[in-house]
Amino acid sequence: MIWETVRLALRSVRRNVLRSFLTLLGIVIGVAAVIAMITIGSGTTEKVKTDISKLGSNLLVVRAARPDRSGSTSFTARQLDDKDVAGLAKGLDDAKAVSAAAQKTVRVVYGAENVAADVTGTDTEYFTARDWGVAEGRLFTESEVRSGTNVCVIGETVRQQFFGAGDPDGQSIRVNRMSCKVIGVLQTKGFSGFGQDQDNTVIMPLAAYQRRIAGDRDIDTIYVAARDGVATARVQENIETIMRETRRIAPDGEDNFSVRDMTQIADAMASATTTMTGMLGAVAGVSLLVGGIGIMNIMLVSVTERTREIGIRLAIGAHEKHILIQFLVEATVLSLFGGLIGIAFGLGLAAAASYSLSIPFAPSLAVVLLAVGFSALIGMVFGFFPALRGARLDPIDALRHE
Amino acid sequence: MLASPLLAFQDVWKTYGRGEAKVHALAGVDLAIGKGEFVAIMGPSGSGKSTAMNIIGCLDTPTAGSYRFQGVDAGRLDRNRRAVLRNLYVGFVFQGYNLLARTTAAENVELPLIYRGVPARERRERAMAALADVGLAGREHHTPSELSGGQQQRVAIARAIVTRPSLLVADEPTGNLDTARSHEIMELLTGLNSELGLTVVMVTHEADIATYAQRTIRFLDGHVASDTSNLEMA
Repeated sequence: MIWETVRLALRSVRRNVLRSFLTLLGIVIGVAAVIAMITIGSGTTEKVKTDISKLGSNLLVVRAARPDRSGSTSFTARQLDDKDVAGLAKGLDDAKAVSAAAQKTVRVVYGAENVAADVTGTDTEYFTARDWGVAEGRLFTESEVRSGTNVCVIGETVRQQFFGAGDPDGQSIRVNRMSCKVIGVLQTKGFSGFGQDQDNTVIMPLAAYQRRIAGDRDIDTIYVAARDGVATARVQENIETIMRETRRIAPDGEDNFSVRDMTQIADAMASATTTMTGMLGAVAGVSLLVGGIGIMNIMLVSVTERTREIGIRLAIGAHEKHILIQFLVEATVLSLFGGLIGIAFGLGLAAAASYSLSIPFAPSLAVVLLAVGFSALIGMVFGFFPALRGARLDPIDALRHE
Repeated sequence: MLASPLLAFQDVWKTYGRGEAKVHALAGVDLAIGKGEFVAIMGPSGSGKSTAMNIIGCLDTPTAGSYRFQGVDAGRLDRNRRAVLRNLYVGFVFQGYNLLARTTAAENVELPLIYRGVPARERRERAMAALADVGLAGREHHTPSELSGGQQQRVAIARAIVTRPSLLVADEPTGNLDTARSHEIMELLTGLNSELGLTVVMVTHEADIATYAQRTIRFLDGHVASDTSNLEMA
């Protein structure tokens, strides 16, 4: 009986291929959007996590912060400065490296080419803390950092853009009107979790950066790499103690800086992407609703068109429930088809996106099954009213219907 | 009056509308039809014959009075119970054939068996047999658009008898057919009546078609105007 009904529904869908397809489009788009969003979202989260674990779980990041995160915006955070760095460098026994860095996106020019790159001013410890080195040439030296010499190392993307296959060593590039000699090319790092190109970068001595680019003495970030085998939690505690001393914060005063290790940052970023995914998913959900209304509409048309058929079926002994089930199954089959096409579309979209953004392709069976179930549910919910209308027809009137 | 009628009207009223606009389609009809009878129902339009037909076929219920069919008070049953009754005991043949379009003859004939829950294989066999009975062997897989009017009506008759009903209700079964085809269909119905003992109630407005029946009931203004046996007249 049920198989019979499904066959009947398939036949009815096949009879109006174009109409069925147009009806499905809403569901297809909705399901495709949800599947693509969630798949890309979980791929991004995965990417963020692996990126950050690559950075090393022993890396701690110190930043200036308002004492109370939910507090008033009138309070501006006290910037980090040389004294903070000196204090940490002197006071921390468990640190492998303590590095001060400031960063900004700046237009970089070479010849006729120009590119907006992340420009970082820092010291030699930075490369130890971030476990980064040069592929060609050399890093800048302690003395170059002290004197703030106009030298820089560039990322692979910048090298490609300016020099192609040529040798960048010793060439001068212009960073915000400051001329700067290229001494090395960094190892490639690829894209970060947010799709940011980490190789689109120029790194130079901090003093040079502060003097010629930022125009102030501020430090944005202090990176502290804990010595191997030392718990980051303990290092984090030590950093907090030293920072409070250096900044002369009263015992009952709140921190005006933040210390976080990479796993905390990873979690924060992951939860941010999850929120984004959820919001986009909700938007896609609305299009599913619209798709459902489309199904309801076409089922009403179908019931009206087939009034006579319903009359015949009722006359020869169909129950109300037979007619109800027939149209419900039809709506469900229709919407299920839409769901399946949508899933295929969505996964294809996600695969394309993960290829072009170089994030992992992370399809989830649970999400796919959920989409299948949900589209079937939509068919049932939105098919119910039209089906009921068909089932409640009076056989005499229905037979007379032209 | 017959000893054990298949169906019986007792002071049946059917009223449409209310107040001033009230119309009595049937105004106190008494009527009984016995097993194995072939009855023609005639009358001008608005005489109540279609209403009577609908009640006889358990498609409709009387406003007042009782309608007994197969020994049950069919006039008091709800629509789903009447659906069961129709499925088990009544076969319908309509003027416009009322076959499902783009559906083969065999599938059309199988339809009432589906609602009875008969397994697919048995359904197919019985549909084939019914189609053979109406002289359509070899046409089982044609769709209505590939069949002539007479053939379509034969499919409809096969659909009506495939459940082996006790009553066949035919509403102007020859209304859309030419004379030759009409007489063929009537021969078929008479054959089913005499060979299977199938009770046939047929609405027609053609006198020569009515002569195939053993009994003619004429309706006028919601009443039975005359009830005559064609056998006695012959």
